[in-house]
Amino acid sequence: MFNSSLKGLSAQLADRKISSVELTREFLKRVGELNPVLNAFVTVDPEASLDQARIADAMISSGRAGPLTGIPVAQKDIFCAKGWLTTCGSKMLSNFVSPYDAHVIERFNAAGAVNLGKTNMDEFAMGSSNETSFFGPVKNPWDIKAVPGGSSGGSAAAVAARMAPAATGTDTGGSIRQPAALCGISGIKPTYGLVSRYGMIAFASSLDQGGPMAKSAEDLAILLNAMAGFDKRDSTSLERQPEDYARDLEQPLAGLRIGIPKEYFAEGLSADVEKAVQAAISEYEKLGATIVEVSLPNTRLSIPVYYVLAPAEASSNLSRYDGVRYGYRSANYRDLTEMYENSRAEGFGAEVKRRIMVGTYVLSHGYYDAYYMQAQKLRRLIARDFAESFEKCDVIMGPTSPSTAFDLGEKGDDPVQMYLSDIYTIAVNLAGLPGMSIPVGFGDNGRPVGLQIIGNYFSEAKMLNVAHQYQKATDWHGRMPNI
Amino acid sequence: MQWEVVIGLEVHAQLSTESKIFSGASTAFGAAPNAQACAVDIALPGVLPVLNRGAVERAIKFGLAVGAKVARRSVFSRKNYFYPDLPKGYQISQFDLPVVLGGEIPILVDGVEKKVRLTRAHLEEDAGKSLHEDFHGMTGIDLNRAGTPLLEIVSEPDMSSPLEAVAYARELHSLVRYLDICDGNMQEGSFRCDANVSVRRPGGPLGTRREIKNLNSFRFLQQAIEYEIRWQIDTLESGGKIQQATVLFDSDRGETRAMRSKEEAHDYRYFPDPDLLPLEISEAWIEEVGKTLPELPQAKRIRYVSDFGLSAYDAGVLTSSKELAAYFEEVVSIYSDAKVCANWVMGEVNGWLNKAGIEIAKCPISSRALAGLLNRIGDGTISGKIAKEVFEAMWNGEGEADAIIEARGLKQISDSSALEKIVDEIISNNPSQVADYRAGRDKLFAFFVGQAMKATRGQANPAQLSEILKQKLAG
Repeated sequence: MFNSSLKGLSAQLADRKISSVELTREFLKRVGELNPVLNAFVTVDPEASLDQARIADAMISSGRAGPLTGIPVAQKDIFCAKGWLTTCGSKMLSNFVSPYDAHVIERFNAAGAVNLGKTNMDEFAMGSSNETSFFGPVKNPWDIKAVPGGSSGGSAAAVAARMAPAATGTDTGGSIRQPAALCGISGIKPTYGLVSRYGMIAFASSLDQGGPMAKSAEDLAILLNAMAGFDKRDSTSLERQPEDYARDLEQPLAGLRIGIPKEYFAEGLSADVEKAVQAAISEYEKLGATIVEVSLPNTRLSIPVYYVLAPAEASSNLSRYDGVRYGYRSANYRDLTEMYENSRAEGFGAEVKRRIMVGTYVLSHGYYDAYYMQAQKLRRLIARDFAESFEKCDVIMGPTSPSTAFDLGEKGDDPVQMYLSDIYTIAVNLAGLPGMSIPVGFGDNGRPVGLQIIGNYFSEAKMLNVAHQYQKATDWHGRMPNI
Repeated sequence: MQWEVVIGLEVHAQLSTESKIFSGASTAFGAAPNAQACAVDIALPGVLPVLNRGAVERAIKFGLAVGAKVARRSVFSRKNYFYPDLPKGYQISQFDLPVVLGGEIPILVDGVEKKVRLTRAHLEEDAGKSLHEDFHGMTGIDLNRAGTPLLEIVSEPDMSSPLEAVAYARELHSLVRYLDICDGNMQEGSFRCDANVSVRRPGGPLGTRREIKNLNSFRFLQQAIEYEIRWQIDTLESGGKIQQATVLFDSDRGETRAMRSKEEAHDYRYFPDPDLLPLEISEAWIEEVGKTLPELPQAKRIRYVSDFGLSAYDAGVLTSSKELAAYFEEVVSIYSDAKVCANWVMGEVNGWLNKAGIEIAKCPISSRALAGLLNRIGDGTISGKIAKEVFEAMWNGEGEADAIIEARGLKQISDSSALEKIVDEIISNNPSQVADYRAGRDKLFAFFVGQAMKATRGQANPAQLSEILKQKLAG
């Protein structure tokens, strides 16, 4: 049952072979068993989950069920959920119970899904290993010495360990795709603007995008159908006709043109990752695809551009955490300035402070043009590389991450090394394009390898089709860690 | 020594939208603290701003009314600073690309018209309020005002006296109310002025300016600028230097005092707000808004002079507010002698309003009722003098003019046989005065008029009485 697809679980619920309450209890039980080891969840509230399961069961009995009705879904703790602690992995919000639902949570509630619990994450989504969480690191279910990736590491580990059939994530520079790759699951970051950011705690507003994480592309399509859609409360949300992201899953891949950017197979890529990715590309050729070489020459600029723009936006987005209205307030202060300083010094972790300082610096008078404005210009060049490539191909493929999961603590002292682990994913956020990761094998150390699929704007249905056809021909996505 | 004064004004006009500029919460004044602060206003984690089109519409209206350029594309930026009543830690404002560029406001001072150029006008949100009383060593925060839409209207430093600054502020105040984009309530903070003041030698380079913040009445605006000019001149003449600074006006002591000097001023780290797309305004939208523009004060003044034959000064007084102009126009539409109407509205009506300290909207005598009274002067039923008595009775709620004239028996005596009889009696009772008058003391005519008015309790038709007196005294 724990390895069953969403479609499979849906069918069992519809056929009354199991109720949502029973299903939820089973998963809660597994969470209870595995979480002490993996630390993937920061909050579980069995009563709240079971209340939702009862509502779902009523929907099923009255014939009002959809594909997600009664399905437990783990929610990244960045999504505000009414009545739930919503901490964003930070001491700053360790006492914050949200009085409202994010758009994504509303959508899941309306679909009758069950909130299984809130998953661990890097503090304010700033990190690539889940080690910056105030609630301690998440362990990779494939090897508990390894990181799960970040920032959606809790969601990735939860799905990989089959503690949840599906989860949500958010991706600012790779935070869905990189942990999906490191934990051997599937995840998609949609086109910027497809999923409303309302109620999704902001890290870098122009880059943040929510998306689903699951065992397969087919499951992702069902989840994305629920999550995507216009929301007038988010001014960057795109007003488009709703679409069925599962509609093209069964299309054959004959004639598909796959762009391979040479820059993604250069220095810095581990041999075992390259091998697995090349094997996956060969598999695609067997499925009828043709390979085209493309070039993304400005990819090398994406890390410096990202580490100007994302911290700049973050430094401003995180100003609201001042200890005045909600969240953590220091017990030690004599005046207003001290209250601000001590609340923020004690409430934020080191990585968050580092980024606030970098962001404050690049926006400062006299530096703005040299950093922020320059980075915006380069951002457009990076987007143009992709636009030119998509004239020659339908999707772009390459590794999601330069290596398999690294060990906990391995990169802790060197933020730049840590930042480099997002080298292949960041450019996609800067361009606002959709990107996904699917498992395509294992590295020398037995840890999973992810293939990144990058599509043109709004080509999610196509990308899911491309991923699904591969998953029909292979079984990497069905492998479960021994835990 | 000679000094030249240079003044520029920044006015924050609160736009009259029902809801806030980036949230759906109400903007109504006077609610219990934080009763009108929604999730967006409190800046809960995860909330996002959505621009209120009504605020943009009002900005467009203003831009069109002052002959400015309405920007097809403008950008909202974040102005970052920490303050307890600024919930997000930044204010959403417009920085390098504002919605309104240029334009001008005509002012009239001592009969001379001058045009004050506008630099720009931009949309932004207001902050909340910090309440320092009532909390024993703590500060209360009320976020009802947070997110209220403001149009910040920035003038060029084109004013050279406190009177010009006040004339500009009044003109702007009148304009935003004409346009119905701001209620203009200064006590409630709907219209606040900041004045940038500097002095220089005639023809010399600009002096260092100081900015007087948050002036919420025209009187304070004038007093504060007057004090500031004196202070700057005194400082310079005694060998001192002016430091650029932000100052506050203490209305009790009539002084300005430095709040913070610019050296320790914030670096606001402005950058475009990534939560809001650039504001695009189409030609069609501008056109649509243009159709809703009312007749503006300047056009009205010109029309009053040309159509009604009023003086420029009278036209200025009558158009000083939209409501007063509307009142006057209603009176004229019933009683067509515009000059008489103007005199009554500017004289009696304005006088009584000022004495009672109320606005024209609350005037107890409607425009129709006033026209009714003027009709009775026009048709000779009462004299202008009696009319003032009737006006007072109307003000005190005794009813319409006709009813008061009837009840008090104030009808003018225009019956010539009755008047002749009275005049005959006066002549026979005052033989010596009659003799003197006939001997050439013309001034005594006033004495006979007085006697006749006394006998008729002021109700004699003055023109008719004078005619009869002249005839009878001639003998």
